[in-house]
Amino acid sequence: MSRGQNILRGVVLTVGALVFLFPFYYMVIGSLQATPDPTVAGAFPNPANLTLDNYGDINSRINLLQGLLNSGIFTGGVILCTVVFGVLVGYALAQLQWRGRGVTFALALLVQVVPFQLLMIPLYVMIARDYGLADNYLGMILPFAINSTAVIIFRQYFLQIPKELFDAARIDGAGELRILRRIALPLVRPALLTVVLLTFIGPWNEFLWPFLITKEASLQPLAVSLANYLSNVAATAANPFGAVLAGACVLAGPAVILFILFQRHFVSNNIGSGVKG
Amino acid sequence: MAFATKSRTAAGRSTTPPGGGSPRRKRPLLGKNPFGLLLSAPYLIFVLAVFAYPLVFAFWMSLHDYFFAAPGADVDRPFVGLDNFREVLADPAIIRSFGNVGIFLLINVPLTVVLSLVLATALNKAVRFRTFLRVAYYVPYVTASVAVVGVWIFLFSGNGLVNQILGPLAPDPAWLINEDWAMPTIAIFVTWKGLGFFILLYLAALQNVSEELYEAASTDGAGKIRSFFSVTVPGVRPATVLVLLLSTVTGANLFTEPYLLTGGGGPNGASSSPVLMMYQRGIEQGSPDTAAAIGVILVIGVLILAFIQRKLAGGDES
Repeated sequence: MSRGQNILRGVVLTVGALVFLFPFYYMVIGSLQATPDPTVAGAFPNPANLTLDNYGDINSRINLLQGLLNSGIFTGGVILCTVVFGVLVGYALAQLQWRGRGVTFALALLVQVVPFQLLMIPLYVMIARDYGLADNYLGMILPFAINSTAVIIFRQYFLQIPKELFDAARIDGAGELRILRRIALPLVRPALLTVVLLTFIGPWNEFLWPFLITKEASLQPLAVSLANYLSNVAATAANPFGAVLAGACVLAGPAVILFILFQRHFVSNNIGSGVKG
Repeated sequence: MAFATKSRTAAGRSTTPPGGGSPRRKRPLLGKNPFGLLLSAPYLIFVLAVFAYPLVFAFWMSLHDYFFAAPGADVDRPFVGLDNFREVLADPAIIRSFGNVGIFLLINVPLTVVLSLVLATALNKAVRFRTFLRVAYYVPYVTASVAVVGVWIFLFSGNGLVNQILGPLAPDPAWLINEDWAMPTIAIFVTWKGLGFFILLYLAALQNVSEELYEAASTDGAGKIRSFFSVTVPGVRPATVLVLLLSTVTGANLFTEPYLLTGGGGPNGASSSPVLMMYQRGIEQGSPDTAAAIGVILVIGVLILAFIQRKLAGGDES
């Protein structure tokens, strides 16, 4: 009985997984087709219909390399700020006694429930109109620079490290800055990777905010320029779907590869604790 | 290196009093380690600047006649009470967008909860191809919506693969340009896209369900299905409350999918969403005050839904 159920479960899981993966497979196939073939036969590679032209086509409409670079700068900036603020605050919350600690922790939890859609219009007014940071990397990064989930993950991580370790260093006469640099930072490395991977997905895939704030094509992250291409000019390309799918492969590639390489670190417990607080 | 050593001795002297523990000195104003406040200060300033201030600004804006003016220009923005809200509630296009999100949530939320719990339970027990299966379910979650939207348009277009397979059963007009099917198609897209994350949450929750409960259930003669309903489902209830809340919030935030999949909420506004209306009214048409009012109504709606879900799912112990 149990064996039969195991096989059934395996079949259900595998069929489900193939359904989940199929659009990705279709994306790659579609990006390589010279003429789009929506029939069932078109889901299988046909050597006579394969080409790399779509990649050249999309690259002539939107500068893929520039788009990737902009996405990289945006994502890199967000990750850097998230990690720096996250480690410092997480360490302070977990290991140091200071006035305002409780309030800061409560704030970090509270910030997570403030929905972005409510802040969208005031942030646009402030950043684009008042500070003049439209079409600027800083303007893109600013609203995502602090990430309270990261603060909570780092705090959780630093809580597991025995206080005695830090007290011993203090007794040996190490200053707080040195304790942070020499003891806390090297210890936090495993949590670092999880936070970087988790944070990467956000800005790399973010569409709404950079779309609002960048009008100049040369500054747009790839997600934004691809979306603009999709909604405005796709109809004019020789093989619009092929070109869109080629762009989609370039956009999806880095995130998917990074995730597959490091999927071991994308573990449920870390994320669960981070979200639950 | 030399600098680090120097600063260490300097800092060491100032923070640790000579002679170690002088008993019960007066507690310093900023706590035992004021250094912690220093480390947190940049974060706190950021929270005030990009969360607290815009939050207050949003409410203020929704109660005033606010419009874009040239930078530095000193203009009068009179208090108008609830006029912006009245305008929003009298606009059939905006009312329709709220209705659309209702349809979206009715499809997306139950589907997300059921599928992610069932798949997480199955994945939890799976031994073979575990890595492959995990990756397969999470890949849509880590990919940009903008990237996969292109494939979905291709798959669900008039002569797309889905319609080719369905043959005479295919809806006419096709999915994304059909008034009845546009919103459900978007809901299914978002479910597919986000499921990996919710599976992850349930997998974490399943680790906390004690194995003894399953053993007790099976000695009492409960089958697999019975023990799923009487052990697993109550065991992961805190996670279910969280999944309900997060999928509702994600649904209320819907923007990218209707903007790209259905060309800005078409056909005839059948797939528009409140955030899409905020973008159109606030930024395209230059009435940020109306957009702020939509935002306030949306957030109040989400809070009410979250409250009802909490009552129904009984997540007090989470």
